[in-house]
Amino acid sequence: MLKLTVNGRPVEVDVEPDTPLLWVLRDTLGLTGTKFGCGKSLCGACTVHVGGEAARACILPVSAVGDRAVTTIEGLSPDRGHPVQKAWMELDVPQCGYCQSGQIMSAAALLAKNPAPTDEQIDTAMAGNLCRCGTYHRIRAGVHRAAEIGSKS
Amino acid sequence: MNAGIDRRGFIQGAMLVGGGLVIGVGLTACKDKPVGAAGPASNVDLGAWLQVRTDGSVRFLCDRSEMGQGVYTSLPMLLAEELGIRPEALTMEFAPVGAAYTNTLLGAQLTGGSTSIRDAWVKLRTAGAQAREMLIAAAATRWGVDPATCKVEDGYIVSAQGKKLGFGEVADAAGKLPVPKAVKLKPASEFQVIGKPQRRLDASMKVDGSAVYGVDVKLEGMLYGALAQSPVLGGRLRSFDASKARSMPGVVEVVQVSSGVVVVANSWWRAHKALDALKIEWDEGANAGLSTAGVVQKLRDKIASPGQVARQDGDAAAALKVPGAKVLSAEYEVPLVAHATMEPQNCTASVTAEGCDLHAPTQIQIVAQAVAAAAAGLKPEQVRVHTTFLGGGFGRRLETDFIPAAVEASKAVGKPVKLIWSREEDMTHDAYRPPALDRVSAVLGADGRPTAWHLHLTSPSITARLFPGVVEKAIDPFAIEAAVNYPYDVPNVHVSYNRQEIGINVGYCRAVSHVLNCFVAESFMDELAAAAGRDPIEYRLSLLDKQPRFKAVLERVAAEVKKSPLHVGHSLGVSLMEGYGTYLAMAADISLDRGKLKVHALHCAVDCGQIVNRDTVMAQVEGSTLFGLSAALWGRIELEKGRVVQQNFDGFRILRMPEAPPVHIYLLESSADPGGIGEPATALVAPALANAVYRATGKRLRSLPLSRHGLA
Repeated sequence: MLKLTVNGRPVEVDVEPDTPLLWVLRDTLGLTGTKFGCGKSLCGACTVHVGGEAARACILPVSAVGDRAVTTIEGLSPDRGHPVQKAWMELDVPQCGYCQSGQIMSAAALLAKNPAPTDEQIDTAMAGNLCRCGTYHRIRAGVHRAAEIGSKS
Repeated sequence: MNAGIDRRGFIQGAMLVGGGLVIGVGLTACKDKPVGAAGPASNVDLGAWLQVRTDGSVRFLCDRSEMGQGVYTSLPMLLAEELGIRPEALTMEFAPVGAAYTNTLLGAQLTGGSTSIRDAWVKLRTAGAQAREMLIAAAATRWGVDPATCKVEDGYIVSAQGKKLGFGEVADAAGKLPVPKAVKLKPASEFQVIGKPQRRLDASMKVDGSAVYGVDVKLEGMLYGALAQSPVLGGRLRSFDASKARSMPGVVEVVQVSSGVVVVANSWWRAHKALDALKIEWDEGANAGLSTAGVVQKLRDKIASPGQVARQDGDAAAALKVPGAKVLSAEYEVPLVAHATMEPQNCTASVTAEGCDLHAPTQIQIVAQAVAAAAAGLKPEQVRVHTTFLGGGFGRRLETDFIPAAVEASKAVGKPVKLIWSREEDMTHDAYRPPALDRVSAVLGADGRPTAWHLHLTSPSITARLFPGVVEKAIDPFAIEAAVNYPYDVPNVHVSYNRQEIGINVGYCRAVSHVLNCFVAESFMDELAAAAGRDPIEYRLSLLDKQPRFKAVLERVAAEVKKSPLHVGHSLGVSLMEGYGTYLAMAADISLDRGKLKVHALHCAVDCGQIVNRDTVMAQVEGSTLFGLSAALWGRIELEKGRVVQQNFDGFRILRMPEAPPVHIYLLESSADPGGIGEPATALVAPALANAVYRATGKRLRSLPLSRHGLA
C-alpha cells in the first residue's frame, strides 16, 4: 500500500509502484478531472500539482510522489472560486474543454510563483499544454485576468 | 445545469408525475408516447427537445454533440428565444437516438458539416414557439382572457392585466392541448437572446473537472480495456499468445475482437501494460508495402482520367487549346493529416442479454447505435446511446471504429468495459484527412482577366466509404467544396473530380475538402494575379462584381490590414472562400527570418449571416484558424511499410501557445440565415500563407505542409 495526500485527504492505494500518478487518480481514486492525452508528457492534459509544482501525472510514477501533497483540478477550490477558474468562466476560455484542467493547473502553478506574469512568462509556462481547439489567446488573457482577480482578493 | 440531478431518477420522476408539457417523442428511455403531447405526428416530431415539468423546470435535450463548437449553448438559445426563458434556466441533457433528431441537412442524427445552427434555426425556434403558445393558451383559459393579450417573460406567462403564472403551474393543462401547427416566429428586430452576449453553459463544468467526457464514464462494476490493432493499416490479427499477459496484475481477460486484441483489467494502466506482454502475429495484408510516395503515386496514376464533372460553364477545355492562348498550369499536392483530438478515441459499453448501454463521445449517434448492435448481436433499438461531452471532434468522431471493440469486450467478460486507445493507437489508426493531387489551368486574356478556369481534383472519397448511397449516382459533395463554388467572373469554368482510393481510410476532417481545394484554388488565383502583373486583392475584387458577399469580406479584410502600414520586411497573402453558407476572407501577415516563416498575424473577415452567439463565432473562427495553421505548417501523416510514422505529439506537431499568432476577426453584420462557423476558417490559412510566402520570396509553394519546404 502506498500512502498519498490528494486534495488534502490522506489515501492509501494498492497499485504497482511504477503506476503513473494519472491512473491512480483516475481509476483508483475516481478523480477523472485530470485527463489522459498522450502518456508521454507531450501535451499537458494530465497536469496536476505535486508539492505545489506543476507536474505531468502521466509519466510520474506514483512511488515518486513521496510525501508531497497532490492537488488535482477537483481540489483546486471547493467552489470554482480559484482566480484562474473565475477568469476562465468570465472569458469563456474552454471550447471542448478537454485540455483545460491541465491548462488551469499550469496557470495556477505559474500564478502561485509569479502573481503578475508577462505575456512571455505566460507563454513559457504554458508551452507544454496543448489545446487542439486553439484557445491559446483566451488562455493568455485568462491568466492575466486571474492575476488581476488574485491581486484584489 | 444538470449537476446534482440523478439522471434516472429525473426521468422516472417525470414519468411518475405523469404531467407537464412534453413536446416530442423519444424523450426518455421509456418508449411510451410522450405524455400529453398528442398532436399530429409531424408536429410532435418537430420538437423532441423540450419538457416543461410541473415543478417549473424546463428540460432541453441537446441533440447535437458538444465538441467545443458551442451547441450546448447556442441551441438552447434558439429555443429560449421563443419560449421566453433564460438559457441558463434550462436543464440540459444530451438526447438519445431518435428519428426526430435527424439532422435534416445531412439526413441522419449526426453533428458535422457545420450544420447544427443551420439545421436547428427554424426547428428549435418553432419548438420553443409551440411550447410558448400552449403555455399561454393554458394560462389564458385559466384566467378567462384572450391568449393574444398574454405573453411570456423569463419563465412566466403574463397577462395584459398583470396576472402572472409560472410555466410549471400550467404545464399540466398545456400538455393536454394540441401542438399548434402554425406558430409565428419573432422577427430579428425583436430578438432578446439570439445575437446577444451569452456565456457558455458548459464553462463551469469545464473549469472544475466535472464535465464528463467519454474517458470519464464510470459504471458499476466497470473494467478497463486497452487495445492493440494491426500496426499496418488494414492488417488483421493472425494469432496471439496471451499466457504471460493473463498472469499480470489486475488482468481479467484477454479478448480477441474484430479490430485486434483487447486486454481487460481492473485499471487502464494495468490493461495497457499487459498489452506489451502479448505476443501477436498480424497478417499485414495488402498495405504491407504502402509508403507516402506510394500514396501519391496512386493519385498520379489516375490523374489523367477525366473523372466526374462537377461544374461546366462554357468550355474551358476548348479555351485551353486555342492556339496562342496564354495558358498557365500547375499541380498541387496535399498530404494525409490526422485529427488528433485531445481526447483519444474511447468507448464504454455495458452489454447484457437484454441490451447494451453505450456511452460514447460520438458525433453520429444513429450509426454508433447500429454498429454497437451489430457487434453485440442485438437489435439497434436494444442499444441505448448515451452521448458524453467530446474532447474534440473535428470529424474524427463521425467514425465508429472505436465502438465495436468495447462492445465485444464487454460481451466477452459480462461486465461494463471502458476501452481507451493509447495516443499511439489513436494517431496511427485515424481515418486521415484525404491527400490530393490536383491539376489546375487557366487562360488569361489580353487584359489579364482569366477567360477560362480548369480545375481537376484527384483524391479518395470519404463519402463513398461512410455513406455509399450518396455517391452511387452523384459526385461526392464533400470532395468538391471550395472548388465547385468558384466565385470569380470567368466565362469558361470546368471543375472535375477524380476518385482514387489509396488503400487506407480517409475521413471527414474539419472543413473537409474545403481545406484541400481552397489551397489549390486560391493559390492559383494568386498565380494568375502575378502573371497578370496585378495586385492579388485588386485582381480578385475585379472579378467579383456578381458576388457581393464574397466581395464584401475581401474588401473588409483589405480595409482592415490597410489601417496600419505593413512593417518593413513583412508580406501579405490573402485567400477567399465560401463554405457552409459562410463567406470568409483571410490575410496573413508574415516575414521570413533566415529562411524560417514567422506568422505575425492572421486577419479574417467573416459574413456568417445572422449571428446567434457572437462570442462563440469569434471563438470558432479563432480556433479553426489556429487549427488550420497547425495543418498548414506541420500537418502531415507519413506511411512506411503500411505503418504510420507519426506516433504522438512529438511526431505530429500542433501549435503551442508561444507559436500562436494574433488572430484578428472582423464580423460583418448580416440578416441572411445563419451559416456554419465551426469549420470554414480552417481552409483559408494555408493559401493565405503560401501566397504571402510568394510575395516575400517569389517562390510558389504548391504542396503542404510548409515544413516540407524548410520554412517551418
